[in-house]
Order: sequence, then structure tokens, then C-alpha cells
Amino acid sequence: MVLVGAVGVITRNNPVHAALSLVLTLFGIAVLFVANNAHFLAAVQVIVYAGAIVVLFLFVIMLLGVDQAEDLSTEPLTAQRPLALVVGIGVAGVIIAAIVKSQDALLVRGTGINSATPEDADANIRQLSRSIFSDYVFAFEVTSVLLLIAVVGTVVMSRRQRGQHVEESA
Amino acid sequence: MNLAVIEPTTSWYLVLAAVLFGIGTVGVMVRRNPLVMFMCIELMLNAVNLSFVALSASLSDINGQTAVFFVLVVAAAEVVVGLGIIVSIMRRRSDATADDLSVLKG
Repeated sequence: MVLVGAVGVITRNNPVHAALSLVLTLFGIAVLFVANNAHFLAAVQVIVYAGAIVVLFLFVIMLLGVDQAEDLSTEPLTAQRPLALVVGIGVAGVIIAAIVKSQDALLVRGTGINSATPEDADANIRQLSRSIFSDYVFAFEVTSVLLLIAVVGTVVMSRRQRGQHVEESA
Repeated sequence: MNLAVIEPTTSWYLVLAAVLFGIGTVGVMVRRNPLVMFMCIELMLNAVNLSFVALSASLSDINGQTAVFFVLVVAAAEVVVGLGIIVSIMRRRSDATADDLSVLKG
């Protein structure tokens, strides 16, 4: 399901269909998060990615009216598509080779992870928040500054200057 | 036929993440529409997140999930800024592909 959605993103020629394929992939990944005992991240994945980010994508697609199909049959650069395939398969192949080669390293055990149980339903959230707000509290603060910068930058960038909209609409 | 016999291991998740990352790479290089290129970057980020979570579960270490949390926040900020740039570009000229944007001056 994850891979079907991912292939859909790069092969659908309508951007709306690509965005919906992205939703499929993101939901599949959220399910895999649950399978790996990351319940909080699965919820965040569904809310932030499948909720906010894809809606933002669709909103921009509708706003700009670029939802007409892009013609994928013509390729301006002849060598680009096979070359991109070779590079993509190469990247995936190198990573897979590294995984196969380093399988012994996967046997290391860490400090322990608490997964949610029926008795203690929010163990995962508690442990994650303890990690964020104690070990990584500085990174957390820097992240909030980053978000603030992103918001201010976007507002400044997309704001029209006074009197500019007359010539732009022409 | 019992499906529970096929227990996905950590390597299985990592290989899936690698394939997902490869698909995202191909998408960024092949597609012309800047919006779809952004979606492919999201795919690559999600592949990394998936391997973080799989390794976090396999190594019993919560710090992997913390890293995923920060990646999520950065991805959200990046999408906001990127879409803002795309909107302000598209406002000047409709029907732009990534090839037409070879000059930075609008």
C-alpha cells in the first residue's frame, strides 16, 4: 500500500491524484508506526501530514488552478528519465546493500522503550515527552524559533505591497 | 495460510524505507511540476522517518522517535515556506514548470 501510493505520486499526471496517492502512502506509514510501537507519532503523522500538509497541497493546487493534467508523455531532456531511474535504483540499492551488510548491528539493545499497554495506555507519550523536554529541550526551543521564522517569512513573502495588485492583475 | 507467520523484521522496514526513498528521488528528478516535486520530497522525508521508527523499536531506544518528531516539525515548516514561494512565483506567471525558473529574478 505504501509503495503503490508512492509510485502513484510520481506517475499520476494530475497533481490532485498525486496528492491523493501521497495520502495513501502517509496513512500506510502511520500504520507501520503503530506496528513499531510509536503510537503518538502515528497520530501526529495522520494529523500533521495527512491532515494539514496534504490539505495545504490541495489548497495550493486549487488556488493556482494548476489541476490540469501535465503531459508526461513528452520529455524535454531525452536522457533524463532513464538516468533518473538508474540513479534512483542505485540509491535504493546502495542503502539496501548497507542494510544487508550491517544486519549484525541491529542486535544492539538500547535503554528500553515503553510501548502502550491496556493498563498503561500513554506510556509511549510519557516516555517521548520525557525525552523531548529533558534531553532535547534546547532543540525543542530552536524548533519553535524555526516555526516562527517560517510563519513570518511566508507572511512577508506572500504579502502584496500596497498598490502592487493593480499591475499584477493586468 | 496464516498471515501472522510472515513477521516483518527491522530489515524489512529498512528495505521498504530505502525503496520509498528511491522512488522519491526518481520523482524529484523526473517530474516538472514544482508541487509534485515537493510531494516527492515529503516521500523521502517519510522514508527516513520510517527507518528512524523501525530502528527505534528494534534498538529499544526512544531517541529515534524524538528525532522523528523534529523531522515532522521541520517538514511542516519547509512545506509552508516552499508553498509560499511557489504561490508567489505562480502569481507572476501561470503555468510554470521547474525548467522555466532558471532565473531567480522574478
